[in-house]
Amino acid sequence: MKFVREIIVAVALTVAAFISSVAHAHDYKVGSLVITHPWTPEPPMGAKVAAGFLKITNEGATDDRLVSVTTDIAGNAQVHGMKVENGVMSMFEIEGGLVIPAGQTVELKSKSNHVMFMDLKQRPTKDTRFKATLTFEKAGPVTIEFKVEPMGSSHEHEGM
Amino acid sequence: MLRILRILLWALVVTSLAGVGTYFYLGQQTGKVQPLVTIGGPFKLAATTGETVDSTGLKGEPFAVFFGFTHCPEVCPTTLYEMSSTLGKLGDEAKNLKVFFVTVDPERDTLDFMNSYLTSFDPRIVGLRPSADELAQIAKTYRVFYERVPTSDGGYTMNHTALVYLMDREGRFFGTLDYEEKPEMRLTKLKRLLKEG
Repeated sequence: MKFVREIIVAVALTVAAFISSVAHAHDYKVGSLVITHPWTPEPPMGAKVAAGFLKITNEGATDDRLVSVTTDIAGNAQVHGMKVENGVMSMFEIEGGLVIPAGQTVELKSKSNHVMFMDLKQRPTKDTRFKATLTFEKAGPVTIEFKVEPMGSSHEHEGM
Repeated sequence: MLRILRILLWALVVTSLAGVGTYFYLGQQTGKVQPLVTIGGPFKLAATTGETVDSTGLKGEPFAVFFGFTHCPEVCPTTLYEMSSTLGKLGDEAKNLKVFFVTVDPERDTLDFMNSYLTSFDPRIVGLRPSADELAQIAKTYRVFYERVPTSDGGYTMNHTALVYLMDREGRFFGTLDYEEKPEMRLTKLKRLLKEG
């Protein structure tokens, strides 16, 4: 009986999490690309850098490329790859832009590829949003908003 | 005659058993020799508290130490955030636990800057800023890897070991917290450090 109750609670929590994620998500469309839920964890006090995460789905038949990111809040923004191997964290610039293959979804997420905002002009604070322009090789430019979430939010988004 | 033979055979059995026993005993002893790799060692570094932290003065209290830099988009703030929430959960149980955040980028991370950066986290986390030589030294004793990676805008970022080192009250290596680890695991490990370390 206890088991059944646990299952019911688990299902309810999953549904609630799903509904809240849908409610929080914000989407953009440019050409055949769909950009889902761009967000940033609030950086620490005085930080000069921040990470940006988002999901890009290419509904078209040809590959595209994210070639640049610009925003007023940072002096510079780049798409970086990141990995943790044997306890060592390493980052690298993605040369020639991030490929968004036809018919696929590319996720910029925690512990992986991310937008690196550098030389921050202002600190993004939680529950605010800031504008940024993504430029794609084929789809062209699109202005989107990154939602600033509380520090430590990254884990909620895992597997989404 | 038969009796002598029996005694001799028994003697042989006893000797063999003793030999085998000694062999295993010594085997176990050698298994206990010093670990091949020692992690950690004394350090004396300038701290965001305005003092100099001398690790030899920490004897009697376990501590945690990890390496990072403030121009780090994700791993370092996440590690600091996770450490803060674990310390929060431990509450008074860990009120004397010292946690050190050593910058691998002393060029950009001044003590003042680190101090302001760390106000976003638990006050038990103290920033340490080594000189370039001191950094090379502490990285060697803790077997920490760090390297500067130039970026196309003319700046640079750092690759580095992202483990949190747990050190016991004698300043000896006790274990690590891993970046990928679940919060419950971190809590369990820190509780163990406080109890057994």
